Order: sequence, then C-alpha cells, then structure tokens
Amino acid sequence: MIFVEARAVTRWYHEWIAVLIALLLTVATASALLASLGLDPVSSLHRIFIRPLTSVYGVSELLAKATPLITIGVALALGFRAGVWNIGAEGQLVMGGLCGGAVALAFWGIDGFWVMPLVLLGGTLGGLVWGAIPAFLKVRFNANEILVSLMLTYVAILLLSVMVHGPLRDPEGFNFPESRLFHDAATLPKLFSAGRGHIGFIFAILFAVLGTWVVKYWHLGFEMRVTGLSTSAARFAGYSRDRTVWMALLIGGAVSGFAGVVEVTGNIGQLVPNISPSYGFTAIIVAFLARLHPLAVIPAGLLVALSYLAGEAAQLSLGVPAATTQVFQGLLLFFLLGTSLLVNYRIRLGRVV
Amino acid sequence: MEYGLFTSIIHAIVIASTPLVFAGLGALIQERAGVLNLGIEGLMIVGALAGFASALAGYPLIVSVFVAAFAGSALASIFALLVLRLYANPVATGLALTLFGLGLSALAGSQYVGQAAPQVAEWIIPGLNHIPVIGRAFFSHDPLVYLSIVMAGTMWWFLTKSRAGLILRAVGENHSSAHSLGFSVIGIRFLAILTGGALAGIGGAYLTLVQTPLFVEGMTAGRGWIALALVVFASWRPFRVIAGAYLFGGVSIVQLHGQALGISIAAQWLSMLPYLVTICALVIIASRVKGENSAPGSLGITFKESK
Amino acid sequence: MTESVAIAERLSASSKQCLGVRGLSKYFGDFAANRDVTLSVDAGEIHALLGENGAGKSTLVKMIYGILKPDSGSMELLTNPYSPDSPSDAKHSGVGMVFQHFAVFDALTVLENIALGLEGRFPDETLAAEIAEVCERYRLHVELNRRVHDLGAGERQRVEIIRVLMQDPRLLILDEPTSVLTPQETEQLFTTLDRLSDEGRSIIYISHKLDEVRALCDRATLMRAGQVVDVVDPRQESTRSLGEKMIGERLNETKRSKASNAEKQKARLTVRVGDVYPESTRNVVLNDVYLSVAPGSILGISGVSGNGQDTLFDVLSGELTLPNPDSMVLDGEPIAHLGVEQRRLRGLLGAPENRLGHAAIPELTLWENVILTARHTRGILKNEHLISGTSAKAFADEVISTFDVRTQSVNAKASSLSGGNLQKFLIGRELLGQPKVFIVSNPTWGVDAKAQLFIHQMIMKMADEGASVILISQDIDELLSVTDRICAICHGKLSRTFPTDEMTPEHLGALMLGQEIDS
Repeated sequence: MIFVEARAVTRWYHEWIAVLIALLLTVATASALLASLGLDPVSSLHRIFIRPLTSVYGVSELLAKATPLITIGVALALGFRAGVWNIGAEGQLVMGGLCGGAVALAFWGIDGFWVMPLVLLGGTLGGLVWGAIPAFLKVRFNANEILVSLMLTYVAILLLSVMVHGPLRDPEGFNFPESRLFHDAATLPKLFSAGRGHIGFIFAILFAVLGTWVVKYWHLGFEMRVTGLSTSAARFAGYSRDRTVWMALLIGGAVSGFAGVVEVTGNIGQLVPNISPSYGFTAIIVAFLARLHPLAVIPAGLLVALSYLAGEAAQLSLGVPAATTQVFQGLLLFFLLGTSLLVNYRIRLGRVV
Repeated sequence: MEYGLFTSIIHAIVIASTPLVFAGLGALIQERAGVLNLGIEGLMIVGALAGFASALAGYPLIVSVFVAAFAGSALASIFALLVLRLYANPVATGLALTLFGLGLSALAGSQYVGQAAPQVAEWIIPGLNHIPVIGRAFFSHDPLVYLSIVMAGTMWWFLTKSRAGLILRAVGENHSSAHSLGFSVIGIRFLAILTGGALAGIGGAYLTLVQTPLFVEGMTAGRGWIALALVVFASWRPFRVIAGAYLFGGVSIVQLHGQALGISIAAQWLSMLPYLVTICALVIIASRVKGENSAPGSLGITFKESK
Repeated sequence: MTESVAIAERLSASSKQCLGVRGLSKYFGDFAANRDVTLSVDAGEIHALLGENGAGKSTLVKMIYGILKPDSGSMELLTNPYSPDSPSDAKHSGVGMVFQHFAVFDALTVLENIALGLEGRFPDETLAAEIAEVCERYRLHVELNRRVHDLGAGERQRVEIIRVLMQDPRLLILDEPTSVLTPQETEQLFTTLDRLSDEGRSIIYISHKLDEVRALCDRATLMRAGQVVDVVDPRQESTRSLGEKMIGERLNETKRSKASNAEKQKARLTVRVGDVYPESTRNVVLNDVYLSVAPGSILGISGVSGNGQDTLFDVLSGELTLPNPDSMVLDGEPIAHLGVEQRRLRGLLGAPENRLGHAAIPELTLWENVILTARHTRGILKNEHLISGTSAKAFADEVISTFDVRTQSVNAKASSLSGGNLQKFLIGRELLGQPKVFIVSNPTWGVDAKAQLFIHQMIMKMADEGASVILISQDIDELLSVTDRICAICHGKLSRTFPTDEMTPEHLGALMLGQEIDS
C-alpha cells in the first residue's frame, strides 16, 4: 500500500527536490514532444535551450526578458502568499508602460537628471492605480479580484491601443500606431554592447532581495501570509484582511507598473500597441516555479526567460511555431503543481494488507 | 430576401453569444460541484482546433462537435488529476491549463492556418421563422444554437429535478458532509470537470465551425474568462447564463456595428464595454445580500480525503 | 404502543445477538488503532462504547460502518458474516450511524438533506409523507422546508437521526450525540433511544460522559489504547470506578479551592453591552449582556453551542469592536472600541474554541504561531516592523518545556500536534504573557482526560496568580469544577450570575434553556 501522509516538519530541501523532479519531467515530456514532431530531442534541446546562451547577445537578451518576469514575479509571490489572486499584472504592466511613456513623451527633448526618475514614478503610479481598482472593489464590495484584475487587463491593452493610435502617435510617423522614440534622458542604459539587456535587471535583483527581506523578517510579510492562510486566525491575531488585500494589490500594481515603464524605457524605447508578450501572465508561473520565495524568483525568472528564447530559437532553427514556449511553460507549471504534493506530504510504503 | 439592420444585428448577437452559453454552462457545472476552473479559455481553444480539424477532414457537424467535446474533456482531465488527486492549487492549475491549451493549439494548429472549414447549414424552424423580424433573428440558425438552449434546460432539469443533480450540489456545498454520507466527492467532481471540459470544447468549436470558419492562434480572445464572470453574474443558474451570455454578446456586436449604428468613437472604447460591464456585474453580484444566490460553499477549496 | 410491539415482533425474528465483533485489528502504519477488539451487542440493547479520545472507539465504529476496512478479524450481523465495503453496504445491511459532526448541507432544505442520506430517494411529497410518519412515531419535530442554515444544533442532529431512522436500521451507532444538546434535549433524545430499543433495535452509544452512560445503557465496553479493557454493567458501577477503568489510573479530583479574597475585590473587567449585530447572520445577536470579573476569579459562562458564545467571545477578545468605548471597562479604562491588538497590549488575552484556523494556523510552525499573539512580548517584534525568529523560537521552546507539550520541535507544524498538546501550547502561549484578563472558550473540547486535567490546572493557576478568567464552555462538569461564579447564555442573553458552590447541574440546565432570563 502507498500512503500519503502529512509531514510534521517541512525542510527546505523538500521544496528543491520537488522542483528538480518537475524540471526533469518537463524536459522528458518536451523531448517526447520533439521526437513526435520527428526531431532529434537531444540536439534539438541543445539547439533551443543551450545555444542561445553561448553568446553575449544571447545572455543580454535573456536578461532583458528576465527583467520584467523577475520584477513582477517577486510582487506576485508576495500577493499569492497573502491569498490575493492578482491575475491582472499584465494590465498593470501595460498601464505602467503607458503612463511612464506618456511622461517621457511629455518631457520629450528636455534633458535633466530628474526626467528619468519622474518617468519611472509615472509608470509606477499608473500600475498602482490599476492595482488599486480591484483592491477597492474587493474591500468595499467583495468583488472577486481574479476576474476584476483580469478584465482590467483587457481594458488596459485597449487603452494603450487608443493612445498610440491617437494622442501619443508620432506626428512624423506616417500614421503608424507608434509614439516617438524616447530621448536619451528618458531611456535606461544598456548592460552590454550587444542585445537588449538593460539596467532594469539590476532593479529586478534588488526587488528580489527586498522581497526576501520582507518575507523573512518583516512583520508585514508575516501578516500578509497569515491573512492568506486563515482569515479568522488573522483577525484573532489583530491583522486586518482589508489591509492585506490593499497591500498585495498595491504592491503588485506598483511593481508591475514599474516593470512596465522599465520595459518601455529600457527595452522598446517607444510606445507601441503591444509592449508585452504576456510577461504579466508568465510572471505567475515564475512565482509558482519559485514556490513563492522571492529570492528563488531570480533563477525561476531566468529559466522562464530562457523558454522565451527557446521558443524563438525553435521557430528559427527547427521551424516549429513560437507557441512551443507556452507549451513548455504550461507543462512546467503542471509538473510543478503536481509535485508540490511532495513538499507537504510524504509518500511511503506501508504495511501490506 | 433582404433583412433589416435590426434583424441582422439580433441574428449576429445570437451567434456571438452561443459560445459563451456553452462555455458558461461548462464553468457552471464545475462550480456547482465546488470546482473553480480558470482553464476554460484553454479548453475552449483546444475544442476550437479539434472541431475545426475534424470539419476540415470532412466529417459531419455532429462528429466534429463530439471531437471538440472529447478534446475539451481530455485536457480537462489533466486539471482534474492535478487538483483532485495531487491537491494542486486550483487557481494556478487553471492558469496552467489556459496557457498549455493556448500553446498546444497554436503548435498543432499552425498547419491549419489559412484553411477554411465548410459552412454549417442553418436549421430553419418551419413556421416560426416566418414571424416578422424575430423569425429570422431567432429561428433560422445552425443546430448548435438550439443545442445551447437545450443544454441550459437540461442542466436546469439536472440540477433541480434529479437526484444526481442534488448530489452534485451537495458535493459543491459541503464536501466533507457529502463524503461522510458516502458520496465520492472526487468521482463526482471528476465527472463535473469532464462535462465542463466538453461543454467548453463545444463552445470553442462553435467559433471555428460557425462564427468564422477559420482557425487563428489565440482566437478565443478572452471568452473563457468572460464565461467565468458570467457564472457569477448568473448566480450559478443555467437560464441566467443564457441571459448573461446574450447581454455580453449584445454588447460586443453593438460595438462591431457601432459605425453603422451611428456611434462615432474609437472602436477600442466600445471594445472595452464588455469588460467594464463584467466588472460592474461582479460588483453588483458580490455586494448583494448572501443567501440562495451565493456561491457554492466548498467552491475552490481543495478536498482531502483523509480528513 | 401496538405499532412498536409489531415492529418488535418483526425484528425479534432474528437471534438474540445483533452484532458480534471478533479479533478486529486496524493499523495506521505502525500505530495500532485497534488491536484484537471483541464486541457483542444484543438485539434491543443500548451498548455504550466508553473511552478517552484516541482510545480507538471511532476506529472501531468506522469499521462497523464500512468507512475503514479492518486489517484482521471478523464481524457478524444477525448471525450472518458481515464485512461492509462502504457505508452504503452497511446501510443495506441495516446499520445506521449518526455522526458527531453532522453531515448536513447548510444551503439545502431539511427535506433535501434527508433525501441525500437515503439511497435513490428524491425530495418529493412521497418522501415528505414518509418522513412525517417517522417523526410522528418517534416524536421528532422538524420543518421539512426550512434551510439547515437556520437550524440550531439540536435540530440538525434530528435531521441526522431521521435520516438514519428512515432506513429502518437494526443497529444504530451514535457518536457523542449529546455534546451539543441541552440537558432537556438530551432527555428527549434518550426517550427516542429507549423507544428504539423497545422495538428491538440495537444501539451503540459512544460517549465519555459517564453519568449519561449509567443512566441510559445496558452494557458498556471500555476501551483504552486501542484495546478492550472490560465489559461492565454501568448501572453496577460508580461514575468514579468507570472513569478509572477508562483512564487506567486514579483520577485526581480537580476542584477549585475557594477563591478566598476574590469576592471582595473590585471588578477588573466590566462588560455592559446593549445589542450587538455581528456581520455574519449565522451567529446569534447578543443583547443586554452584563458581566464583571474580579482579579483572581474565574467566571464560567455555560450554554448550548450556537447561542451567541462565538459573538460574545469576539466582543470580549476585540475581534468585534463596539462603537461605545464605555461598553467594556478594563481597570478603569474604556476599551470596547479597541481592537484585538490594543486590548492585548493592555493584558486582555484569549484562546478561542477553534484551535486550528482561529487560535493557530495549521500550516505554520509552532514558533511562527507564537508571533500571532505573543509578538509584543520578549522582543519578538523588534522596533514594530521586524520579527526576531530567535526570540520567537525561544518563546515557543519555553512554552513547550513549561507546559509539557509533546512535539518534535518548535519547527513542527501546528497541525501535527494532538488536540491536547496543541491546546496546552496555545494556553501556555497566552499564560507566559501574564494576562490580566484571560478569555477562553471550550478549552477541553476533544482533548484527552489527562490533558484536560492539565489544562484545568493551568487555568486555575492563572487565576491564582491574579488573572481574571472568563471560561465559556458547554461542559457542565468542567464549569462546576473549575469556576468561582457561573452564569448561562441563551439566545444571546446572559442569565444572572451565581456562586458555583450554590449551583446544581439541574439548575444550570434550566438556565441554559433560557429560564430565569428576563426578556
């Protein structure tokens, strides 16, 4: 008989074993999938996962992709620990990019050390407001934050589209739905000579460190986690659920907004109708891959960023669609969720009946 | 025969709403059993592709519908396994399902891009279709439109008039009590998830078989999420799902025909309407007094057999 | 009565023995929940199954009811071999069970709830008529169209009993049926059970209330540590001798020594509350609550569960604040408007009834659970914002060693502790904070006898050290042995307060039913 029994004490390595098993299963399934498409799994996997990392350009691209994933992943990990399901980070990112971009365009051509901070602030506030809406509706009316934040994502994307088709369109851009290129004072410096890796990655790392500190040592982090685990225990402890909902969504919104403005000023350099290949949604996977530990979000973000590069590489060198990325990501998340059972339970062979 | 603008708009609304009816019912049956499945979007698009592939291969409509339903169920069974047996977080698992479904359909569907499926013939209901305006708008449609209504009726009957439906509601209401009465909570939820997956699959297939006889990557465009909102909007009642779906369908069609109707603002503003309406609906539902219309008691809570 | 004679004749066609259990064992891993258990229940007999929590009573009846499968041994029902694979198998064979935690559905009607318990039945008029007939026969009153949501504990239990009776069972198992009933409701239940036994139906009655067993049962099987230790006629035994057999060692009498000076002291906490309307409609509204406690004294509040205790606890602990600050006065300071944390800083601590999910969080470790309520002591919270894990662990360690909490370490999850050990930890957590006022609700619910004793001693020690204690409990014996003064709550109203010395169980029962409470 196989028994599943709850562990009395969970140790840190239980989590890593579970993640490792999930990764192995994902690679195995991906290999099978590639083989079924008539491709040699080993060389294909090498070509799409390893080769992109062998050049400075590739690494730079990896960091560029990992930047928003890590930044948002940290904020979502905090929120999910609190049981606040902010699924609309994508919309908050878009609003951050839109508002920050609008500030950059408003000060277009003006040089000054204060322009960049102002642009970043604008973006952060944009995301903050977009996160505040579901928070308000949840606290005031108990409206489901999953659906509200998600609906707001679509609204944000449409809003960005309206803006780049109209008021923010480049006056000399031949009617293309794009803004002007931001000037240097409103552009984040690059990390390398090649690729799009930019200084935003440093911010992302700082966020992860800060997040870890909040989770481990900060009372607020504990308070949010307790509220997420049990409302009545939180109330007995003197913690407010409303405060947790506000904090989770405001942090999520502000940080996602920051990621958005960093993305447009560091990576894209202008406003376009489509500023994010679903980073906000993918960051959810990153947060879960990291098992909601902010520091672990760094490797998780890099890994998922690699899956984006892999998707591109797969399209270029293997001729399979870029959507392969999503398949990999979905598989990884499935396996990860499936193996998380191993963390809190142990499986043992018991007495034979 | 020429039809008035009004008639064509109603006709179009029915077509736009039908996938939402199917998907909404698919979410409803799961939620009534206590399962919150955020993967409806992924189930829909996989159904869309499966139905489309079957129609392209020349199979008749009924076969394609079954293929789509089967594909939806098959994908949903992954969700069921993870959530019911491995106690995975349902929110994250639902998201993974959506992601995986979108990716898988894009990967497998790349070969079908640009091809068109055969048109589905309309079933004109004799007699009724001659009623002025309404006849054309409501009684000359493809069979799936009628099926969606029949489905809602069947589900209503099942939930309120059958013992199996009573058991399903009991499982959704309080899974521990249901378990101690000897009902198989996991088994019943498994069936609910498979049924929900099939319905969502049919809803997706409606897009490729009837609405636009094409397959495009990501063509469900958030309808799965609207379906989830619809269930809350409908306070977990099948007939209210129809009402909600037609409301949402209506808004999206009015926005498409905005220009013709003399509305002259950017299309994006109108496109926002369904989402804003959903948010308003969520707020109204949530702020109502708890009671008969409230959510199933065990909704979204993981059931673990050993206490 | 002729009807019942007819039924008795029909049932007595079978042999004298109804259920025979031989050599039943059940292991969970290495733990023997039941070892070589033997039990015999005659037709028409009310047979008590006595034992502490964890003695193996539940495991045994779960095997009889088909929820668990025995590892070895055999059973016989009405002389036929009996090995049920599932509860529905058991039902078919004529075994019915009323659980301690009712398997009812709040949002459904009584009729739907009953139909769910009966195989293949649908809540229609035919069923309603049949139920009415059964209710009539056993004098059980329920309204079929009400939602269970609106029912009290006694009525919910009736729903369960009707469900079982509808199946015309030969053997009825009741698991701690009186734990939520008033003495009067208990009496009503006993009448029903006597009637069932007159008809020749057998009853297995699980309890740890020795008085009840002596009043009701024909025989008692005593269990300890998974084994049967004795089979006795409870009417020939004293409560004390039964208790000793059950626990296996002499019971130390816990009796509150008279608090000598407490009476004279001025009240430390005064509560004077008009009407309270809690957010959740489930809980009973409180009205006109007046109480006061002096330092060093223990006030008991008895009552049947669901009469406003939860709201009262919330009001006292500060989970529910009141608009008028003067409604509660602690040491001369109005505190009714203050939240939990502010009250805690002023020395008002508590331990709610629900240990996992209210007092503690099952998924968190013991040291993390310390932070929930004790964060303002011993430097656990440095400078308002930062948590010192070291201090929290040291605190948890101190609780564990001071109060003899059996656990692996401070890193063990709260859910891994047994009920008694967790309760010792949770009360200890507050005790180390040296409370001025301590509010505790049903501290020994589901706790084994030894831990129960220990917890009672902890509470009395707290009062001896000068704390004012408010003990909300459903356990009359507990209240009578631990408290100095006592009152009862019924429908959100408090009775007058009496010195515990002058209180009898009968008088308390009457108070719990709302007699002597002015409207």
